[in-house]
Amino acid sequence: MNTPKERFIKLLFTAAAFSSLALLAGIIIVLFREALPVFSFVSPLAFLGGESWYPTAEPPEFGIWPLIAASAWVTGIALVICVPLGVGSALYLHELAGPRQRAVLKPVIEVLASVPSIIYGFFGMTVMAPFMQEAFGLPIGLCALTAGVILGVMATPTVASIAEDALGYVPRSFREASFALGANRWETLVKVIIPAAGSGISTAIILGMSRAIGETMTVLMVAGGAAVVPASVFDPVRPMTAAIAAEMGEAAVGGEHYHALFAIALALFLVTFVFNAAAELISRRYRLKLGLAR
Amino acid sequence: MKKILALTVVLSMAAPAGVFAGGKITAAGSTTVLPITQKAAEEFMKKNKDADIVIRGGGSGVGVASIIDGTCDIAAASRAIKPAELEKASKKGRDLVAHVIAMDGISHILHPSNPVKGLTREQIKRLYTTRVKNWKEIGGPDLPVVVLSRDSASGTFEAFSELVLDKKKVRPDAIMQASNQGIASIVARTPGAIGYVGLGYITDSVRAISVDGVLPDRDAVVRNKYPIARPLFLYTAGKPEGLVKEFIDFIKGPEGRKIVEEQGFVALKK
Repeated sequence: MNTPKERFIKLLFTAAAFSSLALLAGIIIVLFREALPVFSFVSPLAFLGGESWYPTAEPPEFGIWPLIAASAWVTGIALVICVPLGVGSALYLHELAGPRQRAVLKPVIEVLASVPSIIYGFFGMTVMAPFMQEAFGLPIGLCALTAGVILGVMATPTVASIAEDALGYVPRSFREASFALGANRWETLVKVIIPAAGSGISTAIILGMSRAIGETMTVLMVAGGAAVVPASVFDPVRPMTAAIAAEMGEAAVGGEHYHALFAIALALFLVTFVFNAAAELISRRYRLKLGLAR
Repeated sequence: MKKILALTVVLSMAAPAGVFAGGKITAAGSTTVLPITQKAAEEFMKKNKDADIVIRGGGSGVGVASIIDGTCDIAAASRAIKPAELEKASKKGRDLVAHVIAMDGISHILHPSNPVKGLTREQIKRLYTTRVKNWKEIGGPDLPVVVLSRDSASGTFEAFSELVLDKKKVRPDAIMQASNQGIASIVARTPGAIGYVGLGYITDSVRAISVDGVLPDRDAVVRNKYPIARPLFLYTAGKPEGLVKEFIDFIKGPEGRKIVEEQGFVALKK
Protein backbone atom coordinates (compact mmCIF):
# COMPACT_ATOMS: atom_id res chain seq x y z
CA MET A 1 0.00 0.00 0.00
CA ASN A 2 2.71 2.47 -0.83
CA THR A 3 2.48 3.68 -4.36
CA PRO A 4 0.04 6.50 -5.07
CA LYS A 5 -1.67 4.19 -7.55
CA GLU A 6 -2.42 1.64 -4.85
CA ARG A 7 -3.61 4.30 -2.48
CA PHE A 8 -5.88 5.68 -5.17
CA ILE A 9 -7.37 2.27 -5.86
CA LYS A 10 -7.90 1.69 -2.17
CA LEU A 11 -9.70 5.01 -1.93
CA LEU A 12 -11.88 4.06 -4.88
CA PHE A 13 -12.99 0.81 -3.27
CA THR A 14 -13.57 2.47 0.07
CA ALA A 15 -15.80 5.02 -1.63
CA ALA A 16 -17.69 2.24 -3.37
CA ALA A 17 -18.22 0.39 -0.11
CA PHE A 18 -19.44 3.46 1.72
CA SER A 19 -21.62 4.71 -1.12
CA SER A 20 -24.45 2.37 -0.18
CA LEU A 21 -24.31 3.73 3.34
CA ALA A 22 -24.60 7.27 1.97
CA LEU A 23 -27.47 6.22 -0.29
CA LEU A 24 -29.32 4.61 2.61
CA ALA A 25 -28.85 7.71 4.73
CA GLY A 26 -30.13 9.84 1.86
CA ILE A 27 -33.20 7.66 1.43
CA ILE A 28 -33.99 7.77 5.13
CA ILE A 29 -33.59 11.54 5.31
CA VAL A 30 -35.85 12.12 2.29
CA LEU A 31 -38.43 9.63 3.57
CA PHE A 32 -38.69 11.34 6.93
CA ARG A 33 -38.62 14.85 5.50
CA GLU A 34 -41.40 14.14 3.01
CA ALA A 35 -43.45 11.91 5.30
CA LEU A 36 -43.57 13.81 8.57
CA PRO A 37 -45.60 16.80 7.27
CA VAL A 38 -48.51 14.36 7.02
CA PHE A 39 -49.05 14.73 10.74
CA SER A 40 -49.80 18.41 10.34
CA PHE A 41 -53.16 17.55 8.82
CA VAL A 42 -53.92 14.09 10.23
CA SER A 43 -53.11 12.67 13.65
CA PRO A 44 -50.85 9.59 13.78
CA LEU A 45 -53.73 7.56 15.20
CA ALA A 46 -56.19 8.66 12.51
CA PHE A 47 -53.55 8.00 9.87
CA LEU A 48 -52.59 4.49 10.97
CA GLY A 49 -55.97 3.44 12.31
CA GLY A 50 -58.41 5.25 10.01
CA GLU A 51 -60.51 2.99 7.84
CA SER A 52 -61.16 5.39 4.94
CA TRP A 53 -58.54 6.01 2.29
CA TYR A 54 -59.96 8.74 0.03
CA PRO A 55 -56.94 10.90 -0.71
CA THR A 56 -58.52 12.75 -3.63
CA ALA A 57 -62.05 13.24 -2.29
CA GLU A 58 -63.32 16.55 -0.96
CA PRO A 59 -62.48 16.65 1.90
CA PRO A 60 -59.76 14.00 1.63
CA GLU A 61 -59.50 11.16 4.15
CA PHE A 62 -56.15 9.60 4.97
CA GLY A 63 -56.73 6.40 6.92
CA ILE A 64 -54.27 3.71 5.88
CA TRP A 65 -55.57 0.87 8.03
CA PRO A 66 -57.14 -0.88 5.00
CA LEU A 67 -53.76 -0.70 3.21
CA ILE A 68 -51.84 -2.02 6.22
CA ALA A 69 -54.36 -4.82 6.68
CA ALA A 70 -54.10 -5.66 2.98
CA SER A 71 -50.31 -5.87 3.13
CA ALA A 72 -50.52 -8.04 6.24
CA TRP A 73 -53.06 -10.39 4.67
CA VAL A 74 -51.22 -10.95 1.41
CA THR A 75 -47.91 -11.37 3.25
CA GLY A 76 -49.50 -13.86 5.63
CA ILE A 77 -50.91 -15.89 2.75
CA ALA A 78 -47.54 -15.70 1.00
CA LEU A 79 -45.87 -17.14 4.12
CA VAL A 80 -48.29 -20.07 4.17
CA ILE A 81 -47.05 -20.88 0.66
CA CYS A 82 -43.36 -19.98 0.80
CA VAL A 83 -42.41 -21.45 4.18
CA PRO A 84 -43.32 -25.07 3.48
CA LEU A 85 -42.22 -24.84 -0.16
CA GLY A 86 -39.00 -22.96 0.54
CA VAL A 87 -37.89 -24.82 3.66
CA GLY A 88 -39.00 -28.12 2.12
CA SER A 89 -36.93 -27.45 -1.01
CA ALA A 90 -33.94 -26.51 1.13
CA LEU A 91 -34.20 -29.71 3.17
CA TYR A 92 -34.55 -31.82 0.05
CA LEU A 93 -31.65 -30.11 -1.69
CA HIS A 94 -29.44 -30.44 1.33
CA GLU A 95 -30.34 -33.87 2.63
CA LEU A 96 -31.75 -35.99 -0.13
CA ALA A 97 -30.82 -34.69 -3.55
CA GLY A 98 -27.81 -36.30 -5.17
CA PRO A 99 -25.12 -34.13 -6.74
CA ARG A 100 -26.72 -34.35 -10.18
CA GLN A 101 -30.17 -33.33 -8.96
CA ARG A 102 -28.63 -30.49 -7.00
CA ALA A 103 -26.77 -29.32 -10.07
CA VAL A 104 -30.12 -28.92 -11.85
CA LEU A 105 -32.43 -27.88 -9.00
CA LYS A 106 -30.37 -25.14 -7.41
CA PRO A 107 -29.92 -23.05 -10.59
CA VAL A 108 -33.58 -23.59 -11.47
CA ILE A 109 -34.68 -22.22 -8.10
CA GLU A 110 -32.39 -19.27 -8.61
CA VAL A 111 -33.86 -18.59 -12.05
CA LEU A 112 -37.30 -18.53 -10.39
CA ALA A 113 -35.96 -15.74 -8.19
CA SER A 114 -34.82 -13.71 -11.17
CA VAL A 115 -38.09 -13.75 -13.11
CA PRO A 116 -39.19 -10.09 -13.29
CA SER A 117 -42.18 -9.39 -11.07
CA ILE A 118 -44.24 -8.00 -13.93
CA ILE A 119 -44.20 -11.48 -15.45
CA TYR A 120 -45.57 -12.96 -12.23
CA GLY A 121 -48.18 -10.22 -12.28
CA PHE A 122 -49.10 -11.00 -15.83
CA PHE A 123 -49.34 -14.69 -15.05
CA GLY A 124 -51.46 -13.89 -12.01
CA MET A 125 -53.82 -11.72 -13.98
CA THR A 126 -54.37 -13.95 -16.98
CA VAL A 127 -54.01 -17.47 -15.54
CA MET A 128 -54.27 -17.47 -11.76
CA ALA A 129 -57.14 -14.99 -11.28
CA PRO A 130 -59.51 -16.68 -13.76
CA PHE A 131 -58.58 -20.05 -12.22
CA MET A 132 -59.38 -18.82 -8.69
CA GLN A 133 -62.61 -17.26 -9.91
CA GLU A 134 -63.66 -20.59 -11.39
CA ALA A 135 -62.35 -22.81 -8.59
CA PHE A 136 -63.94 -20.93 -5.69
CA GLY A 137 -66.95 -19.52 -7.54
CA LEU A 138 -65.85 -15.97 -6.77
CA PRO A 139 -67.43 -12.85 -8.26
CA ILE A 140 -63.89 -11.80 -9.25
CA GLY A 141 -60.51 -13.55 -9.19
CA LEU A 142 -58.42 -10.50 -8.27
CA CYS A 143 -58.25 -10.85 -4.50
CA ALA A 144 -56.00 -11.20 -1.47
CA LEU A 145 -55.70 -14.97 -1.94
CA THR A 146 -54.56 -14.75 -5.57
CA ALA A 147 -52.03 -12.05 -4.75
CA GLY A 148 -50.80 -13.92 -1.68
CA VAL A 149 -50.29 -17.17 -3.57
CA ILE A 150 -48.29 -15.45 -6.31
CA LEU A 151 -46.20 -13.58 -3.73
CA GLY A 152 -45.61 -16.87 -1.95
CA VAL A 153 -44.26 -18.41 -5.12
CA MET A 154 -42.09 -15.34 -5.66
CA ALA A 155 -40.66 -15.49 -2.13
CA THR A 156 -40.02 -19.24 -2.25
CA PRO A 157 -36.58 -19.03 -3.95
CA THR A 158 -35.40 -16.47 -1.38
CA VAL A 159 -36.45 -18.74 1.47
CA ALA A 160 -35.11 -21.90 -0.19
CA SER A 161 -31.75 -20.47 -1.05
CA ILE A 162 -31.04 -18.86 2.34
CA ALA A 163 -32.38 -21.85 4.28
CA GLU A 164 -30.18 -24.13 2.21
CA ASP A 165 -27.15 -22.02 3.05
CA ALA A 166 -28.12 -22.19 6.73
CA LEU A 167 -28.25 -25.99 6.58
CA GLY A 168 -24.86 -25.95 4.91
CA TYR A 169 -23.37 -23.97 7.79
CA VAL A 170 -24.12 -26.76 10.27
CA PRO A 171 -20.71 -28.32 10.89
CA ARG A 172 -20.11 -31.89 9.74
CA SER A 173 -19.04 -32.79 13.26
CA PHE A 174 -22.63 -32.28 14.54
CA ARG A 175 -23.95 -34.86 12.11
CA GLU A 176 -21.12 -37.27 12.76
CA ALA A 177 -21.54 -36.99 16.53
CA SER A 178 -25.24 -37.70 16.15
CA PHE A 179 -24.64 -40.77 14.01
CA ALA A 180 -21.98 -41.94 16.44
CA LEU A 181 -24.54 -41.82 19.23
CA GLY A 182 -26.70 -44.19 17.23
CA ALA A 183 -29.27 -41.73 15.86
CA ASN A 184 -30.63 -42.52 12.41
CA ARG A 185 -30.85 -40.05 9.56
CA TRP A 186 -34.34 -38.79 10.40
CA GLU A 187 -33.52 -38.31 14.06
CA THR A 188 -30.32 -36.50 13.14
CA LEU A 189 -32.23 -34.19 10.80
CA VAL A 190 -35.06 -33.36 13.18
CA LYS A 191 -33.18 -33.25 16.46
CA VAL A 192 -29.76 -31.97 15.43
CA ILE A 193 -29.55 -30.36 12.00
CA ILE A 194 -32.81 -28.38 12.00
CA PRO A 195 -32.39 -27.00 15.54
CA ALA A 196 -28.79 -26.09 14.76
CA ALA A 197 -29.84 -24.32 11.55
CA GLY A 198 -33.04 -23.02 13.17
CA SER A 199 -32.11 -19.39 13.41
CA GLY A 200 -30.72 -19.47 9.88
CA ILE A 201 -34.03 -20.84 8.68
CA SER A 202 -35.87 -18.12 10.63
CA THR A 203 -33.68 -15.58 8.87
CA ALA A 204 -34.67 -17.09 5.55
CA ILE A 205 -38.35 -16.84 6.44
CA ILE A 206 -38.05 -13.24 7.61
CA LEU A 207 -36.24 -12.22 4.44
CA GLY A 208 -38.94 -14.00 2.44
CA MET A 209 -41.48 -11.90 4.33
CA SER A 210 -39.68 -8.67 3.46
CA ARG A 211 -39.65 -9.74 -0.15
CA ALA A 212 -43.40 -10.37 -0.08
CA ILE A 213 -44.40 -7.22 1.76
CA GLY A 214 -42.30 -4.96 -0.48
CA GLU A 215 -43.41 -6.44 -3.77
CA THR A 216 -45.30 -3.88 -5.83
CA MET A 217 -45.98 -4.72 -9.44
CA THR A 218 -47.58 -8.07 -8.77
CA VAL A 219 -49.97 -6.83 -6.09
CA LEU A 220 -50.82 -3.82 -8.20
CA MET A 221 -51.89 -6.17 -10.96
CA VAL A 222 -53.60 -9.00 -9.09
CA ALA A 223 -54.78 -7.81 -5.67
CA GLY A 224 -57.82 -5.94 -7.05
CA GLY A 225 -57.03 -2.55 -5.55
CA ALA A 226 -60.07 -1.98 -3.33
CA ALA A 227 -59.11 0.09 -0.30
CA VAL A 228 -61.28 -1.79 2.18
CA VAL A 229 -60.31 -3.79 5.25
CA PRO A 230 -60.58 -7.37 3.99
CA ALA A 231 -63.16 -9.58 5.67
CA SER A 232 -62.03 -12.75 3.90
CA VAL A 233 -59.15 -13.93 1.72
CA PHE A 234 -61.48 -13.65 -1.28
CA ASP A 235 -61.85 -9.87 -0.94
CA PRO A 236 -60.02 -7.54 -3.32
CA VAL A 237 -57.42 -5.56 -1.41
CA ARG A 238 -55.05 -2.62 -1.90
CA PRO A 239 -51.67 -3.26 -0.27
CA MET A 240 -49.48 -0.30 0.71
CA THR A 241 -47.06 -0.72 -2.17
CA ALA A 242 -49.88 -0.86 -4.73
CA ALA A 243 -51.44 2.31 -3.33
CA ILE A 244 -48.16 4.19 -3.62
CA ALA A 245 -47.48 2.95 -7.13
CA ALA A 246 -50.98 3.68 -8.39
CA GLU A 247 -51.28 7.13 -6.86
CA MET A 248 -47.84 8.72 -6.80
CA GLY A 249 -48.00 9.71 -10.45
CA GLU A 250 -50.86 12.10 -9.96
CA ALA A 251 -50.28 13.37 -6.44
CA ALA A 252 -49.34 17.03 -6.58
CA VAL A 253 -45.75 17.37 -5.35
CA GLY A 254 -45.82 18.87 -1.87
CA GLY A 255 -49.56 18.36 -1.46
CA GLU A 256 -51.31 16.44 1.30
CA HIS A 257 -51.74 13.32 -0.82
CA TYR A 258 -48.04 13.38 -1.70
CA HIS A 259 -46.96 13.54 1.94
CA ALA A 260 -49.46 10.83 2.85
CA LEU A 261 -47.97 8.51 0.22
CA PHE A 262 -44.49 9.20 1.57
CA ALA A 263 -45.76 8.39 5.04
CA ILE A 264 -47.02 5.03 3.74
CA ALA A 265 -43.58 4.47 2.24
CA LEU A 266 -41.98 5.34 5.56
CA ALA A 267 -44.22 2.89 7.41
CA LEU A 268 -43.33 0.21 4.88
CA PHE A 269 -39.64 1.01 5.15
CA LEU A 270 -39.74 0.77 8.94
CA VAL A 271 -41.49 -2.60 8.77
CA THR A 272 -38.97 -4.08 6.32
CA PHE A 273 -36.13 -2.47 8.28
CA VAL A 274 -37.29 -4.21 11.45
CA PHE A 275 -37.61 -7.49 9.55
CA ASN A 276 -34.12 -7.24 8.11
CA ALA A 277 -32.56 -6.13 11.38
CA ALA A 278 -34.20 -9.08 13.13
CA ALA A 279 -32.93 -11.43 10.44
CA GLU A 280 -29.39 -10.08 10.77
CA LEU A 281 -29.48 -10.31 14.55
CA ILE A 282 -30.76 -13.87 14.55
CA SER A 283 -28.25 -15.05 11.99
CA ARG A 284 -25.37 -13.44 13.87
CA ARG A 285 -26.44 -15.15 17.06
CA TYR A 286 -26.66 -18.55 15.55
CA ARG A 287 -23.24 -18.29 13.98
CA LEU A 288 -21.89 -17.53 17.42
CA LYS A 289 -23.74 -20.54 18.79
CA LEU A 290 -22.12 -22.77 16.22
CA GLY A 291 -18.71 -21.25 16.78
CA LEU A 292 -18.74 -19.72 13.31
CA ALA A 293 -18.30 -16.12 14.38
CA ARG A 294 -16.55 -13.77 11.95
CA MET B 1 -67.39 23.63 -24.98
CA LYS B 2 -67.46 27.40 -25.16
CA LYS B 3 -65.65 27.72 -21.86
CA ILE B 4 -62.97 25.34 -23.03
CA LEU B 5 -62.50 27.20 -26.28
CA ALA B 6 -62.25 30.47 -24.42
CA LEU B 7 -59.65 28.94 -22.16
CA THR B 8 -57.72 27.72 -25.18
CA VAL B 9 -57.72 31.17 -26.70
CA VAL B 10 -56.64 32.87 -23.48
CA LEU B 11 -53.94 30.29 -22.93
CA SER B 12 -52.59 30.49 -26.44
CA MET B 13 -52.34 34.26 -26.27
CA ALA B 14 -50.41 34.13 -23.04
CA ALA B 15 -48.02 31.48 -24.29
CA PRO B 16 -44.34 32.18 -24.77
CA ALA B 17 -42.20 30.08 -27.10
CA GLY B 18 -42.27 26.37 -26.29
CA VAL B 19 -39.24 24.10 -26.14
CA PHE B 20 -38.42 22.43 -29.40
CA ALA B 21 -37.24 18.91 -28.77
CA GLY B 22 -35.32 18.22 -31.95
CA GLY B 23 -36.40 15.19 -33.93
CA LYS B 24 -37.79 13.40 -30.91
CA ILE B 25 -40.91 14.21 -28.92
CA THR B 26 -42.69 12.45 -26.10
CA ALA B 27 -46.41 12.40 -25.43
CA ALA B 28 -47.70 11.06 -22.11
CA GLY B 29 -51.00 10.84 -20.28
CA SER B 30 -54.55 9.61 -20.66
CA THR B 31 -54.96 5.97 -21.61
CA THR B 32 -58.25 6.98 -23.22
CA VAL B 33 -56.41 9.19 -25.71
CA LEU B 34 -53.62 6.64 -26.10
CA PRO B 35 -55.09 4.69 -29.06
CA ILE B 36 -55.41 7.95 -31.03
CA THR B 37 -51.92 9.27 -30.32
CA GLN B 38 -50.36 5.85 -30.76
CA LYS B 39 -51.91 5.27 -34.17
CA ALA B 40 -51.32 8.87 -35.22
CA ALA B 41 -47.66 8.60 -34.21
CA GLU B 42 -47.25 5.45 -36.32
CA GLU B 43 -48.82 7.08 -39.36
CA PHE B 44 -46.94 10.31 -38.82
CA MET B 45 -43.59 8.56 -38.52
CA LYS B 46 -44.28 6.59 -41.70
CA LYS B 47 -44.51 9.89 -43.54
CA ASN B 48 -41.74 11.70 -41.67
CA LYS B 49 -38.84 9.28 -41.41
CA ASP B 50 -36.79 11.66 -39.26
CA ALA B 51 -39.44 12.09 -36.61
CA ASP B 52 -39.32 9.99 -33.45
CA ILE B 53 -42.49 10.19 -31.39
CA VAL B 54 -42.64 8.30 -28.11
CA ILE B 55 -46.11 7.68 -26.67
CA ARG B 56 -46.60 6.85 -23.00
CA GLY B 57 -49.75 6.23 -20.95
CA GLY B 58 -50.02 6.83 -17.23
CA GLY B 59 -53.32 8.65 -16.96
CA SER B 60 -54.32 12.27 -17.46
CA GLY B 61 -52.92 13.37 -14.12
CA VAL B 62 -49.55 11.84 -14.94
CA GLY B 63 -49.52 13.49 -18.36
CA VAL B 64 -50.27 16.94 -16.98
CA ALA B 65 -47.73 16.50 -14.18
CA SER B 66 -45.08 15.44 -16.72
CA ILE B 67 -45.61 18.42 -18.97
CA ILE B 68 -45.41 20.75 -15.98
CA ASP B 69 -42.15 19.07 -14.98
CA GLY B 70 -40.94 19.24 -18.56
CA THR B 71 -40.53 15.47 -18.98
CA CYS B 72 -42.85 15.31 -21.98
CA ASP B 73 -43.71 17.59 -24.89
CA ILE B 74 -47.38 16.78 -25.21
CA ALA B 75 -49.76 15.79 -22.42
CA ALA B 76 -52.85 13.82 -23.36
CA ALA B 77 -55.80 14.37 -21.04
CA SER B 78 -59.37 13.17 -21.03
CA ARG B 79 -60.44 16.07 -18.83
CA ALA B 80 -59.90 19.81 -18.71
CA ILE B 81 -56.92 20.98 -16.73
CA LYS B 82 -57.61 21.74 -13.05
CA PRO B 83 -57.06 25.17 -11.51
CA ALA B 84 -54.44 23.72 -9.15
CA GLU B 85 -52.48 22.30 -12.07
CA LEU B 86 -52.72 25.57 -13.95
CA GLU B 87 -51.34 27.39 -10.95
CA LYS B 88 -48.45 24.91 -10.64
CA ALA B 89 -47.69 25.30 -14.32
CA SER B 90 -47.55 29.07 -14.13
CA LYS B 91 -45.29 28.84 -11.07
CA LYS B 92 -42.87 26.88 -13.24
CA GLY B 93 -43.27 29.47 -15.98
CA ARG B 94 -45.17 27.18 -18.30
CA ASP B 95 -48.38 28.25 -19.95
CA LEU B 96 -50.33 25.21 -20.98
CA VAL B 97 -52.23 25.40 -24.25
CA ALA B 98 -55.21 23.10 -24.78
CA HIS B 99 -55.96 21.45 -28.12
CA VAL B 100 -59.28 19.61 -28.37
CA ILE B 101 -58.75 16.66 -30.69
CA ALA B 102 -61.90 14.58 -30.30
CA MET B 103 -65.04 13.90 -28.30
CA ASP B 104 -65.63 10.75 -26.31
CA GLY B 105 -68.52 9.14 -24.49
CA ILE B 106 -67.84 7.29 -21.25
CA SER B 107 -69.54 3.98 -21.84
CA HIS B 108 -70.67 1.65 -19.12
CA ILE B 109 -69.94 -1.94 -19.97
CA LEU B 110 -71.21 -5.26 -18.63
CA HIS B 111 -70.41 -8.90 -19.23
CA PRO B 112 -72.29 -10.07 -22.36
CA SER B 113 -74.27 -12.59 -20.27
CA ASN B 114 -75.74 -9.88 -18.03
CA PRO B 115 -79.29 -9.22 -19.28
CA VAL B 116 -79.38 -5.59 -18.05
CA LYS B 117 -79.75 -3.41 -21.14
CA GLY B 118 -79.64 0.02 -19.66
CA LEU B 119 -79.38 1.99 -16.44
CA THR B 120 -80.22 5.50 -15.37
CA ARG B 121 -77.52 7.79 -14.06
CA GLU B 122 -79.22 7.51 -10.67
CA GLN B 123 -78.89 3.70 -10.73
CA ILE B 124 -75.23 3.91 -11.74
CA LYS B 125 -74.63 6.34 -8.92
CA ARG B 126 -76.24 3.89 -6.51
CA LEU B 127 -74.07 1.05 -7.78
CA TYR B 128 -70.90 3.10 -7.38
CA THR B 129 -71.53 4.90 -4.12
CA THR B 130 -73.60 2.55 -1.97
CA ARG B 131 -73.02 -1.05 -1.03
CA VAL B 132 -75.33 -2.65 -3.55
CA LYS B 133 -74.36 -6.32 -3.34
CA ASN B 134 -76.57 -7.93 -5.94
CA TRP B 135 -77.98 -6.87 -9.29
CA LYS B 136 -81.43 -7.88 -7.92
CA GLU B 137 -81.41 -4.77 -5.76
CA ILE B 138 -81.67 -2.52 -8.80
CA GLY B 139 -83.98 -4.78 -10.76
CA GLY B 140 -81.41 -6.96 -12.48
CA PRO B 141 -80.63 -10.69 -12.37
CA ASP B 142 -79.53 -12.59 -9.25
CA LEU B 143 -75.79 -11.91 -9.67
CA PRO B 144 -73.18 -10.49 -7.29
CA VAL B 145 -72.16 -6.97 -8.24
CA VAL B 146 -68.48 -6.29 -8.97
CA VAL B 147 -67.86 -2.57 -9.33
CA LEU B 148 -64.82 -1.57 -11.35
CA SER B 149 -63.46 1.92 -11.31
CA ARG B 150 -60.39 3.72 -12.58
CA ASP B 151 -57.63 4.95 -10.31
CA SER B 152 -57.86 8.58 -9.33
CA ALA B 153 -55.04 9.53 -11.77
CA SER B 154 -57.51 8.86 -14.54
CA GLY B 155 -59.26 11.64 -16.43
CA THR B 156 -62.01 9.19 -17.25
CA PHE B 157 -62.57 8.79 -13.53
CA GLU B 158 -62.68 12.56 -13.01
CA ALA B 159 -65.17 13.06 -15.80
CA PHE B 160 -67.28 10.12 -14.61
CA SER B 161 -67.18 11.32 -11.02
CA GLU B 162 -68.34 14.78 -12.08
CA LEU B 163 -70.97 13.75 -14.62
CA VAL B 164 -72.51 10.79 -12.79
CA LEU B 165 -71.50 10.66 -9.15
CA ASP B 166 -71.79 14.40 -8.41
CA LYS B 167 -68.29 14.02 -6.96
CA LYS B 168 -69.53 11.60 -4.30
CA LYS B 169 -67.00 9.03 -3.12
CA VAL B 170 -66.77 5.70 -4.91
CA ARG B 171 -67.51 2.76 -2.60
CA PRO B 172 -64.33 1.51 -0.96
CA ASP B 173 -64.68 -2.06 -2.20
CA ALA B 174 -64.61 -1.03 -5.87
CA ILE B 175 -61.83 -2.72 -7.84
CA MET B 176 -59.39 -0.09 -9.06
CA GLN B 177 -57.68 -0.45 -12.41
CA ALA B 178 -55.02 1.71 -13.98
CA SER B 179 -56.24 1.53 -17.58
CA ASN B 180 -59.27 1.28 -19.85
CA GLN B 181 -57.86 -2.00 -21.11
CA GLY B 182 -57.67 -3.37 -17.55
CA ILE B 183 -61.36 -2.56 -16.99
CA ALA B 184 -62.44 -4.05 -20.32
CA SER B 185 -60.53 -7.30 -19.84
CA ILE B 186 -61.86 -7.86 -16.31
CA VAL B 187 -65.44 -7.12 -17.37
CA ALA B 188 -65.02 -9.58 -20.26
CA ARG B 189 -64.45 -12.48 -17.84
CA THR B 190 -66.52 -11.40 -14.82
CA PRO B 191 -70.28 -12.04 -15.12
CA GLY B 192 -71.38 -9.55 -12.43
CA ALA B 193 -68.99 -6.74 -13.32
CA ILE B 194 -69.80 -3.18 -14.28
CA GLY B 195 -67.09 -0.82 -15.48
CA TYR B 196 -66.68 2.29 -17.58
CA VAL B 197 -64.38 2.90 -20.52
CA GLY B 198 -63.95 5.29 -23.43
CA LEU B 199 -65.96 4.58 -26.59
CA GLY B 200 -62.85 3.16 -28.28
CA TYR B 201 -62.66 0.26 -25.83
CA ILE B 202 -66.05 -1.26 -26.53
CA THR B 203 -65.38 -4.68 -28.08
CA ASP B 204 -67.38 -7.81 -28.78
CA SER B 205 -66.37 -9.36 -25.48
CA VAL B 206 -68.19 -6.72 -23.42
CA ARG B 207 -71.58 -5.08 -23.84
CA ALA B 208 -72.21 -1.35 -23.63
CA ILE B 209 -75.46 -0.36 -21.94
CA SER B 210 -77.63 2.66 -22.47
CA VAL B 211 -77.55 5.47 -19.93
CA ASP B 212 -80.80 7.35 -19.35
CA GLY B 213 -82.08 5.43 -22.38
CA VAL B 214 -79.32 6.51 -24.78
CA LEU B 215 -76.77 4.02 -26.12
CA PRO B 216 -73.24 5.33 -26.22
CA ASP B 217 -72.27 5.66 -29.84
CA ARG B 218 -70.76 8.17 -32.20
CA ASP B 219 -74.04 9.57 -33.30
CA ALA B 220 -75.38 10.17 -29.80
CA VAL B 221 -72.18 11.94 -28.80
CA VAL B 222 -72.14 14.14 -31.91
CA ARG B 223 -75.74 15.19 -31.36
CA ASN B 224 -75.04 15.83 -27.69
CA LYS B 225 -77.67 13.26 -26.67
CA TYR B 226 -75.45 10.96 -24.64
CA PRO B 227 -75.26 12.25 -21.05
CA ILE B 228 -71.67 11.21 -20.20
CA ALA B 229 -69.60 12.77 -22.98
CA ARG B 230 -66.45 14.85 -22.75
CA PRO B 231 -63.79 16.37 -24.99
CA LEU B 232 -60.30 14.85 -25.27
CA PHE B 233 -57.32 17.18 -25.06
CA LEU B 234 -53.69 17.45 -25.93
CA TYR B 235 -51.81 20.02 -23.89
CA THR B 236 -48.58 21.70 -24.88
CA ALA B 237 -46.32 24.01 -22.93
CA GLY B 238 -46.66 27.26 -24.81
CA LYS B 239 -47.71 27.52 -28.43
CA PRO B 240 -46.73 24.33 -30.24
CA GLU B 241 -43.71 24.68 -32.49
CA GLY B 242 -41.71 22.53 -34.84
CA LEU B 243 -42.40 18.81 -34.63
CA VAL B 244 -44.93 19.20 -31.81
CA LYS B 245 -46.98 21.57 -33.96
CA GLU B 246 -46.69 19.33 -37.00
CA PHE B 247 -47.88 16.32 -34.99
CA ILE B 248 -50.84 18.13 -33.44
CA ASP B 249 -51.82 19.58 -36.82
CA PHE B 250 -51.61 16.07 -38.22
CA ILE B 251 -54.02 14.74 -35.57
CA LYS B 252 -56.41 17.64 -36.14
CA GLY B 253 -56.15 17.27 -39.93
CA PRO B 254 -58.04 14.88 -42.21
CA GLU B 255 -55.76 11.90 -41.55
CA GLY B 256 -55.90 12.41 -37.81
CA ARG B 257 -59.68 12.75 -37.87
CA LYS B 258 -59.86 9.48 -39.77
CA ILE B 259 -57.74 7.81 -37.06
CA VAL B 260 -59.98 9.31 -34.36
CA GLU B 261 -63.03 7.77 -36.01
CA GLU B 262 -61.29 4.44 -36.63
CA GLN B 263 -60.40 4.19 -32.95
CA GLY B 264 -64.05 4.62 -32.04
CA PHE B 265 -64.04 8.26 -30.96
CA VAL B 266 -65.84 11.21 -32.44
CA ALA B 267 -63.83 13.60 -34.58
CA LEU B 268 -64.49 17.31 -34.40
CA LYS B 269 -65.99 18.98 -37.41
CA LYS B 270 -63.52 21.09 -39.29
